[in-house]
Amino acid sequence: MNASPADLPLPRTSLRRRAEGTSLPVWLVFALVFVVAWVAAGTRGGDFGTADNLRNIALRSVALGLVAVGQTVVVLAGSLDLSVAYVVSLSAVACSVVMTGQTGLIVPGVLTALLLGVAVGLANGLVITRLKVNPFIATLGVSLVLRGLLNATFDNFAGAVPEEFQALGYDLVAGIPVSVVMLVAVVAVTWFLLHRTPFGHHLYAVGGDPESARMSGIRSGRVLVFAHVLCALCSAASGVFLASRLGAGAPWVGPDGGYDLESIAAVVLGGTALTGGRGRLLGTVAAVLILAVVDSVFNQFQADPFLRTLVRGLIIVGAVALYAYRGGRR
Amino acid sequence: MTGALRRVPAIWLVLLIVTAVIIWRNPSFAEPLSLLTFLKRSAPLIVLTAGQLFVIVTGEFDLSAGALITACVVVAAKVSAGDPALTWPVIGLLALLGAGVGLVNGLVTTLLRVPSFITTLGMMLVLNGAVFLWTGGSPTGSLAPEFRQYGRETGYAVAVTAVVVAVAWLLLHRSRFGHLALATGGGTRAAALSGVPVARMRIIAFVISGLSAVVAAILLAGFAGLSKEAGAGYEFQAISAVVLGGAVLGGGRGTAGGAVAGALTLQCLFTLLNLLGLEKPLRDTVQGVLIILAAAFAAYRLRKEQ
Amino acid sequence: MPNRLAASLAVAVLSLTACSSTRPAGGPPASSAAAMTASAQPASQFFDQAAYDKQLAWRKSTPTGDPSKPWLQTIEPQMADTAKFKKPGPWHVCFSNAGVGNPWRVTGLTTMKEEVKLHKEIGEFTVVDAEGKDDKQISDISDLLGKKCDALIISPNTTAALTPAVEKACQSGVPVVVFDRGVTTDCPVSFVHPIGGYAFGTDSAEFIASKIPKGGKVLALRILPGVDVLENRWEAARLAFQKAGANVVGAEFTDGDPAKVKTIVSDYLQRFGDLDGVWMDAGATTVAAIEAFQDAGKPVPPINGEDQQDFLALWQKDKLTAMAATYPVYQWRTAVIAATDILSGRQVPKEWVLPEPVITEQNLAQYVTPNMPPLFYPTCGCQDMPGFPQTWGGK
Repeated sequence: MNASPADLPLPRTSLRRRAEGTSLPVWLVFALVFVVAWVAAGTRGGDFGTADNLRNIALRSVALGLVAVGQTVVVLAGSLDLSVAYVVSLSAVACSVVMTGQTGLIVPGVLTALLLGVAVGLANGLVITRLKVNPFIATLGVSLVLRGLLNATFDNFAGAVPEEFQALGYDLVAGIPVSVVMLVAVVAVTWFLLHRTPFGHHLYAVGGDPESARMSGIRSGRVLVFAHVLCALCSAASGVFLASRLGAGAPWVGPDGGYDLESIAAVVLGGTALTGGRGRLLGTVAAVLILAVVDSVFNQFQADPFLRTLVRGLIIVGAVALYAYRGGRR
Repeated sequence: MTGALRRVPAIWLVLLIVTAVIIWRNPSFAEPLSLLTFLKRSAPLIVLTAGQLFVIVTGEFDLSAGALITACVVVAAKVSAGDPALTWPVIGLLALLGAGVGLVNGLVTTLLRVPSFITTLGMMLVLNGAVFLWTGGSPTGSLAPEFRQYGRETGYAVAVTAVVVAVAWLLLHRSRFGHLALATGGGTRAAALSGVPVARMRIIAFVISGLSAVVAAILLAGFAGLSKEAGAGYEFQAISAVVLGGAVLGGGRGTAGGAVAGALTLQCLFTLLNLLGLEKPLRDTVQGVLIILAAAFAAYRLRKEQ
Repeated sequence: MPNRLAASLAVAVLSLTACSSTRPAGGPPASSAAAMTASAQPASQFFDQAAYDKQLAWRKSTPTGDPSKPWLQTIEPQMADTAKFKKPGPWHVCFSNAGVGNPWRVTGLTTMKEEVKLHKEIGEFTVVDAEGKDDKQISDISDLLGKKCDALIISPNTTAALTPAVEKACQSGVPVVVFDRGVTTDCPVSFVHPIGGYAFGTDSAEFIASKIPKGGKVLALRILPGVDVLENRWEAARLAFQKAGANVVGAEFTDGDPAKVKTIVSDYLQRFGDLDGVWMDAGATTVAAIEAFQDAGKPVPPINGEDQQDFLALWQKDKLTAMAATYPVYQWRTAVIAATDILSGRQVPKEWVLPEPVITEQNLAQYVTPNMPPLFYPTCGCQDMPGFPQTWGGK
């Protein structure tokens, strides 16, 4: 958002649509999975459609959902972020250490967590754009650095969040969990950024074809750095949510959740191309929900955890192969 | 002189310095016996790195290598159940498994056009799930001493590693295949237009990586024995080692010698940091900084050349 | 061995020790030899003198009940009344498992499922696996509350994080049984656990100290920091070594990776020439530590492990000077028994403290079970169960 809209060649809407794709197929898959889950649960006498169960599915999606939203932004820009899991830990720990159980410190705690997120995002972005390091190595390296620092400083849950702050993890507003409202808000803001601002146009352009983006005057470096800051910010938000849900942060909450690889899996399952420039944020949201529903079905049938891992692997590769096939035919 | 010197991967210099510091702090490290023990311990990573190098020079990743190591160790224990007579049949079976996994990775990446990051991530999940689904959650059976000797006895381990490194060097730098593989990653479109069978090169590279994981698994099973997470994390270490060795992710650049030096440097670094009594978490931090610097340096050199 | 442990090993996460903000200023790094003596007084957040004294007393006391069925035994029980939970069968028993990330938990879950089969009144047994994730287990428990369970068994992934979820479960009126790791609330009807980490650490360190010359060099190998039970084992061992005048030359973290164990031990052998003893905070990698001595052509010094089949077999075969403190798998049986007792209206101990068998040269033979997989734990108490040994992977 550094150049004024007048500077950029705005692609015509129809062209943009084709480039960005649509999330509709992913939502259809979600609908399908949802119906299958409902029927399957029904035949076993389970209750899938209850408000309680749906709430639970939504809640299960929050932590991964927040990270995946951020991951979508960097993948669209043609980059990726392997440090998200440790950003989650960093922000969760920062949150609870600053709050130390005091209500008055909620705001400073959240701000510290988010600011640290911004700092890591900046570091990622600058290493990639200034030092010209491949994003895979840059973010892997940053994640190792964070891991070392976190584990050298903390070896268990540290600090505590005040009782009131746990509302974010557990309470409902009008029947909807507070954290789900937060996820929806983050999705809405990111969607607006991606699809209604110059930054969004630039992001797609940089991810799609960096060379011609540069030729048309887009400062791709800045766009990329900003994308990484957004991604880390979303991950930090996820850490804040986890701190409130777990009562404190520990260095392992991010990596144990597997948010790095799972968020990338959700992004590609949502139809975003790993090469950048093509995909929709709402596709990622649908993918996260698909994973949560599949999880709920696994629970219903008490599937062996190793079988779950296997099926997840097949789903991810299968979905991407399918998208590639469709993309190829067009 | 400077021209020739510049062509030497910088990693050798780093390796030399790190080794010198280790020897300064602990002179006994320089004794032949402890050097050999060090090589034995580094053998699995060196072998895996040599395989990963081929995938990376053709412009891809193999994230499934660590999971494949674990799978091989667990399968070997389950199938052989400690029977020494089955040592070679089991090694044959593992080779088929490794080649098969590599082939599937290669075919899915090239024919189905799934990015290798996703293909091999999926393969990692499938292997981790399938193996323990089969054994019921934890490894069963056992490994015969005859199977384990290749990784446990220093002579064997060092010899196997030397052969693997020599083959990798010949293949990458002295064969038509290596020439084409480097061309594949260097500029995929241009390579394809000039008649390089890009897809075939990539498939072969994945098969090589799969086979290297099998050899690494045999070495590791010998060195460390049967465990549930034998290969966990090895894929990232191997990729780090390749990058330290001056290869560029995205392909087209990389040398066998550099990759081996990268693997050795990583291992030496762990030894050194241990020796210095540096807190273990900070060793991760040092590794992180180092791979970023190595990649930044390689990128800088690339820009200067162009 | 809590699942946290395995989960972290998988990602090779929590590698190391602490330095700056949570530790007292000037705390030396754990890996230096000086550190061991300089910070002799346990200043750790994990050391609890009262719990330490209690556990050391427990290990000397005689448990109630039949010694041939240790999973039914208990130490100094305070019985809780359960009449209000009495219900006619068939029951729906639910179990929220932290995960099956390591062989100890795999053996445990297998044993638990077989125990369920022994109770005809259990009509349905639902297991939900949290795959080592706190957040998932919180959701899992909340899911189970909607599934009309008659009793809920929980093996928490971590203590603090799961406490609110367990409290919520208690409030729903379902009788809750917690086992393995605890929670910081006493709302569960029964909490089943073996004596604890202080007993483990003291037993094992006292054994090693008794077998080495005074001032002998001991290497301590730990899996990872931050896991309460492992920290307790280490604090107790450190105290025991200090009392006995042993010289702990190093404490290293291994991530539970046998390759790292071998590397560390051979580095120490190179640096110190010899070691008089090796102390391990968990048994999974004891065999690798032993092999490091054998590969270096040195005699294996006194060492401790757990009741893992591969270690016990090697100990027996090579006639090592060794012992095994245990964290018995049979607690997985006890948890089911506690749940059925509660639903039958029988009294159960509020805190069901199980004995922790110690394996020595004298009783080694009774624990070595031929033809079982290397990562089998004979303290499962499952040897008399109907599906043994096939169900546990044996022949």
